[in-house]
Amino acid sequence: MTTADTPQTWDEFMEGVWRQNPVFVMVLGMCPTLAVTVSAINAISMGLATLFVLVCSCGLVSMMRKVTPKEVRIAVYIVIIATFVTAVDYAIQAISLALYDALGAFIQLIVVNCIILGRAEAHAAKNPPMPAMINAAGMGVGFTIGLLALGVVREILGAGTLLGVTLFGAGFQPWVIMVLPPGGFFVLGAWLLFFAWLERRKLRRSAQLTEVGQHV
Amino acid sequence: MSDQSSSEKKVIPIAVAAPEAAPPESPTGAMIRTLGLVSAICGLIIVGAYQGTYDAVAANKRIATERAVFKVIPAAKSIAEFVAQPGGGVSKVGAGDTAIPPGAVKFFAAYDETGKLAGIAAEGGAKGYADTVRIMFGYQPDCQCVVGIGVVSMRETPGIGDKIITDKDFLANFTALDLKLKADLSALANEVKAVKHGSKTNAWQVDAISGATITSRAVGKAINDSAQVLMPRLVPNLDKLKPS
Repeated sequence: MTTADTPQTWDEFMEGVWRQNPVFVMVLGMCPTLAVTVSAINAISMGLATLFVLVCSCGLVSMMRKVTPKEVRIAVYIVIIATFVTAVDYAIQAISLALYDALGAFIQLIVVNCIILGRAEAHAAKNPPMPAMINAAGMGVGFTIGLLALGVVREILGAGTLLGVTLFGAGFQPWVIMVLPPGGFFVLGAWLLFFAWLERRKLRRSAQLTEVGQHV
Repeated sequence: MSDQSSSEKKVIPIAVAAPEAAPPESPTGAMIRTLGLVSAICGLIIVGAYQGTYDAVAANKRIATERAVFKVIPAAKSIAEFVAQPGGGVSKVGAGDTAIPPGAVKFFAAYDETGKLAGIAAEGGAKGYADTVRIMFGYQPDCQCVVGIGVVSMRETPGIGDKIITDKDFLANFTALDLKLKADLSALANEVKAVKHGSKTNAWQVDAISGATITSRAVGKAINDSAQVLMPRLVPNLDKLKPS
């Protein structure tokens, strides 16, 4: 995806969007991924809320990294993350109560989203604020894309709409299971299969090019 | 947030007393300072977010309530909030006080553009298939009947239980659902109840959706439970609902 001469910041950003995509590559944060992706708008909202919390908390964790003793770092991270989640919680209530009801407890559960704590521990705690926030933004965008990929498929198949706009005629019979919990697993499994296939194809191509790999 | 540092103090002796740690330990003061600093920053952010969104959140909640009332009483142009006291009286809820006295039932009086009472809206809830189904129903004093319902919240199965919002035959139950009181005004003359699809014979029965009987029953029970309490208190006091 990226080569050595691309700017450092772009590389930092694309790590989360593609190479280490939290949903499709690292398979993190599955709880909101499966639960809220019944429609595209829910997926976008959840993704943006997580993106905001990721960027803000990684920025603050990074700024505090030199004065944070390692013994209390987890407590510091959790307090910082919980703070921004609370702020997002109020913000969503102020924007739309219907959206707030649709996302339910999963807004508050962003606190324990492993992507955010993982980023704080693995990246923000060791890097200056700017790269940390760019990396976090990449992860957030990657997470949003992942949620959207599920949300779009599930909304089209399960409700026959996209972002609330009806796509098919009145004769369309919604595939209701897709907006129920099992549908989340089906669609996630299909996407993971697709990305695994892409990865394998890429490996085979590079093996052919360098002529070191052997076909099995 | 502020008790973070005080609760952390109890942990510190353990960390100091652990001598086998190879890397140098952080001084106690540094840990307390960092936790205190983080708590202070986070406290400010949370209070700021709360204060900054308070008005918008309150306005949103009011609009949501108004919209729910206007949906069940289409002629409504303005609403006022009332409570029906356990003793039988009704009193208006002021803008400031949000606490409802114990045993009292909240309801909304809706007025049309000329200031005439257009109807009453009240909430009810009953256990559905997945969770409590909360509904708002509109009541018309002239016919003593329910004239419309709206769902406040539910988590019923999409495509099955949530037909109570869309199913036209089901919603037709609530254009003139009978809520007449007994002669002594102590309770409803007939219990509102959902019956098997196609077997509705009386105006107080709810024709259930075939395949979504449990959710249909919950709607009937929600109306019944709420009306059994509210109507005996409300009907003798209808003249007190004049707009101020």
